[in-house]
Amino acid sequence: MIEVKSLSKKFAVENPKKLSEQERRDPRLKGRFFHSVMDVSFECAPGQVLGLLGPNGAGKTTTLRMLSTALQPNAGEILVNGIDVLKKPIVARKKIGFLSGSTGLYGRLTGRENIEYFGKLHGLDEATTKKRIEELAVLLDMSSFLDRRSEGYSTGMKQKASIARSVIHEPEVVILDEPTTGLDIMATQTVLQFIKRLTKEGIPVIFSTHHLEEVSELCSHVTVIDQGQTRFNGTIEKFRELADNSLNDSFLSVLEDQSSRSSKSDEPVQALA
Amino acid sequence: MWLVFQKEIKELLRDRRALFFMIALPLLLFPALFGIAGYFANKATTEAASKALIYGVVGGQYAPELVQKIDTKEGFEAFADFTESNFRQNIEQGDVDFVLVIPENYQQEETLNEQVKIELHLNNSSLNAVHSRVNEIVKELSDARRRASFSLLGINENRQEAFIEPIVLEKIDIADKRESIGEKVGGFVPYIIFLLCLSGATMPANDIGAGEKERGTLETLLISPLERTSIILGKFLAICVAGLTSALLTISSMATWSIVLSQGMAIKIVGDLMGQIGVIDFVLMFLMLVPIVVIFASILLTLSMSARSVKESQGYSGALNLLVIIPVFLAMVPGITLEKGWSWVPLTNVALAMKELIKGTMDYFALIAIFGSTVAIAAALLSFCVYWSKQEKVLFR
Repeated sequence: MIEVKSLSKKFAVENPKKLSEQERRDPRLKGRFFHSVMDVSFECAPGQVLGLLGPNGAGKTTTLRMLSTALQPNAGEILVNGIDVLKKPIVARKKIGFLSGSTGLYGRLTGRENIEYFGKLHGLDEATTKKRIEELAVLLDMSSFLDRRSEGYSTGMKQKASIARSVIHEPEVVILDEPTTGLDIMATQTVLQFIKRLTKEGIPVIFSTHHLEEVSELCSHVTVIDQGQTRFNGTIEKFRELADNSLNDSFLSVLEDQSSRSSKSDEPVQALA
Repeated sequence: MWLVFQKEIKELLRDRRALFFMIALPLLLFPALFGIAGYFANKATTEAASKALIYGVVGGQYAPELVQKIDTKEGFEAFADFTESNFRQNIEQGDVDFVLVIPENYQQEETLNEQVKIELHLNNSSLNAVHSRVNEIVKELSDARRRASFSLLGINENRQEAFIEPIVLEKIDIADKRESIGEKVGGFVPYIIFLLCLSGATMPANDIGAGEKERGTLETLLISPLERTSIILGKFLAICVAGLTSALLTISSMATWSIVLSQGMAIKIVGDLMGQIGVIDFVLMFLMLVPIVVIFASILLTLSMSARSVKESQGYSGALNLLVIIPVFLAMVPGITLEKGWSWVPLTNVALAMKELIKGTMDYFALIAIFGSTVAIAAALLSFCVYWSKQEKVLFR
């Protein structure tokens, strides 16, 4: 179970002169700080898949980075199975598996060595690491290339090795930041199958994406973030009900609804569900 | 920390480019370069000394004995079509290597009361041994004429020396051989060591910091259950090992090759010097190098972690290489010693201390102060590196 409550994160703007016109107009720019995430809340229970949606620059990656402990929030609370991520980041990291579309591998190490390295970093002993790698190699069909240097891997091979690396320590929750961006159909399918398998095992999964067909195929819940704030929080069914035609329309209706409210009032708008 | 260190070293050992700069370059290329340069310099000098010189003489009728001596001397050939009036053109066209212009007063009666100035015209822009080879002949005749002058004046041979040089200032160097050679080569040794240490650490540093960012592996490392301080220290240690390995390999390689190639005088001197430096001095020099490596590794890692890409990091480390040359170069400048406040200039003081250790004239109490201050700087830079590299604005720049 992941619980995220009123999360916020601001970044100091080092050189305001370098900001683009669009960035200057963003209401999140306040003085010398850019409030990338202002108020984000959601939760994801075991067996649920939460799709995190939002336009570019909405604050999705920053939110997921805070969840993965890579970034420290300025305010708010994150609980992973009752463990406060902010107070006990090292303990929380052992419970979290994280993967993003831009994650790389150490090219001069083999796939096996890459996975082993992270197994050791998570405190697994040699025998357990070896056993886990064998299991994952079968599960993800990696045996044929696992002992080759990863610099020669295809995109699909890389993504399989990255997936194995992110779950070597059997995490209790999995966070995926645009895991299918830039992947071909086969590699995308590997990621989607992997998410389905996690769901079957009762592991909560949060993933951000721009592909609504993936949301339709996998997600039980949807959270829409825009301008650093939660705009929608609910089940996929409730999300579908927002518009008749498609998930695209549902998504746009959340954003449009928000922009019409903003034009009437400068007050922040509460989450819809 | 050790896990990160081991992984970085494993990757480093599989990186052909880094291995080339760290191991192959100091082991083979430097000696090869020195060898090639030495071979060609030696060849050119030998050629200049043994080449047949073509010449012309203006006013040869005044000095038949000189003309005959040159003519019969091996390695000299008179130019057949030599025209006295246009000898400059002969030189410019390369027909002749030199032209001697003998003045009329060469021929003197028994009085021998005038100095004779023979002009040696040549194109001196390239390496040659013309002056020394011609002077050998002229000196022989000059000495004979001097002896004749003295006998004319009735001065016996014993008095001749006192007559030519009545008072002589003789220099007696009480510095031992080690001190004297150490002064000449001592500044050069830390210069080479420092720069190789830096260049050996540069490439791994660029890869370990900015490279991880560029490849997208840093973020996954940051969310592993490891304190960020341990991650940074693991990376820092790997850079230190790379720098030290490079410097030590270079020194061993230079020492080995100088023994293998020891033919020239200069190399023999270095060999003698090495023999005189005690084990303790070597150990002290190595100890002095440790905080220097820490300083280099801390700065390089800080720069690399701050950069967005390997290319940006390379730009920073290139500038650092140029900056480091200045204080180390100062230690080679004559007149700069550990006195006069130089013992407080970072890097310069260590380079000067290494020079003193090589000379065998180090004041060991001063060494403690220099070592202490360098360790303090190294510790401060390492602390800053760890603090800076943990910042979100640096990690996610």
